[in-house]
This record gives sequence, C-alpha cells and structure tokens, in this order.
Amino acid sequence: MPITVSRQPEGATIALAGEIDHHGARAMMAQLEDAIASTLPLRLTLDLSGVTFMDSSGIAVLMRALRQMQQLGGSLRVTAIPLQARRVLDAAGVGRLITLE
Amino acid sequence: MKAIDQTTIVFSSRSANEGFARACAACFAAQLDPTLDEVADIKTAVSEAVTNAIVHAYPDRLGRVTLRLRLLEGNQLEMQVKDAGVGIPDIEQARTPLFTTGSEERSGMGFTIMESFMDALKVRSEPGKGTTVTMRKRIARRAGGAR
Ligand SMILES: Nc1ncnc2c1ncn2[C@@H]1O[C@H](COP(=O)(O)OP(=O)(O)O)[C@@H](O)[C@H]1O
Ligand SMILES: [Mg+2]
Repeated sequence: MPITVSRQPEGATIALAGEIDHHGARAMMAQLEDAIASTLPLRLTLDLSGVTFMDSSGIAVLMRALRQMQQLGGSLRVTAIPLQARRVLDAAGVGRLITLE
Repeated sequence: MKAIDQTTIVFSSRSANEGFARACAACFAAQLDPTLDEVADIKTAVSEAVTNAIVHAYPDRLGRVTLRLRLLEGNQLEMQVKDAGVGIPDIEQARTPLFTTGSEERSGMGFTIMESFMDALKVRSEPGKGTTVTMRKRIARRAGGAR
C-alpha cells in the first residue's frame, strides 16, 4: 500500500493511496508511523486524493497519526478527501477531532 | 419478502476476502442500475460487516463467512453477512458509536457506518453460536433506465 512523503519548509505532506480497509490498514499504519518518526514534521498534511476506498479501518489509521502528531506537539490536517472517504469520516464525526479540508 | 434474485457466496475469514466481498456486492447490485454513490454505499456497508466477521467473530482461527445477496421487490438490495463465531453478548452496546472490543486498529464506528449508509440494519447474535447482520437499501429508479 503506497505512501509518498514530501517535505516542505514548514512541515510534510504524506499522500496515502489505494484501498484502506482492515486488510491493508496495519501495513499502512506502520509505514505512516515510520514516515512521521523520520520526518518529525511540525505540520503534517495527509493527502487522500489517491484513496479509492476507505472504511472505518481508515479512521483508526488517521486517529493513530493524530495521536503521534499530538505527542510530537505538531498539528495534523487531512486534505483532498474523495467523496466516499468523506462520507465515512462524516458519518463517524471525525471532523470534531481532526481538521478535514 | 420474496426474492427476485439471490446469490450466496461462502468464503474463509481471511482479510484478503474483504475486497472480494465488496466486489461481489457491487457486481450483484449492478442489476439495480445504482449510481456510483450508491455503489460506494453498498461497498462500504458490506466491508464493515465482513470485516467484523473476520476480526471479531473468529479472533484466533479461520472460520466460514457467508454473504447472501438478494434483490427484493421495490428495487431493494438486501445484504446478509453471517458467521458461526463467538457471537455478541450485548447487541445494543455493540451498536453504540465508539464501542469496540478490538485493539487500537479498530474505531468502534463500524455499525454506525452501516446504519448511516443503509436504510435498515438488523443484528441477530447468540454467544458461542454466531452473528447474522442483515442490511437493506432501496436503490432509486432512474428516469429512462430500462429494467
Ligand atoms: N460478527 C461479530 N462477531 C462478534 N462480535 C462482533 C461482530 N460484529 C461486531 N462485533 C462486536 O461489536 C463491536 C462493535 O463493532 P463495530 O461497530 O464494527 O466496531 P469495531 O469493529 O471497530 O470494533 C466489536 O468491537 C465487537 O465487539
Ligand atoms: Mg467493525
């Protein structure tokens, strides 16, 4: 499950791609955790434009990233959310915890 | 309710079958001429139910998962996911948003998502015997669509 990291002066953007279900979530969580730990961004943007499907397993992936960023004293926002993923996040009220753009 | 069409798929509780189940449900539903958004709803709901059978019903062994897809009168799709796993001791509690007996990898939002993406959700379960989740969704007839 591909993740792509790009660094900016003020932080980093990590793009997630493919289907985020329970089958792929564990590997994606581990990759994301490593990417955050090695870039240590103050501001992290997760770009979901390449996500073709996401269910509640993806919520756990985002919540894990949020906790990691909070521990680092940084911020997280999620951008370019495809409609299907957006509806999952909205149904679960994730916008109350994570900035969704 | 009488089924106009029906198919049953039986598979093992391996996580690779989550995508397989989504594809099966989407293919079966194609005869209802759903919109892309409706297909996304169907895939999302069935993914949640099948994932629960894979993760929770058989926590430490492989078991059998049955997905029954039915086309009902009134342009309704019914999806039933059945397992013979550990069962749910308190269904009302299990359906509460954020409730999970799973690890950090779960969010406790599966039933909430099934409810919001489908018109109706019924859960039957008996501890030690297994769980059956039945969901229904009416697919709007589209103007000009030949059926
Ligand atoms: N098929 C099943 N067999 C046994 N327990 C289940 C089943 N489906 C759901 N559950 C129970 O209901 C809880 C809530 O399910 P859900 O809303 O999908 O959240 P999650 O899967 O994230 O825990 C699960 O944590 C589990 O305890
Ligand atoms: Mg679940």
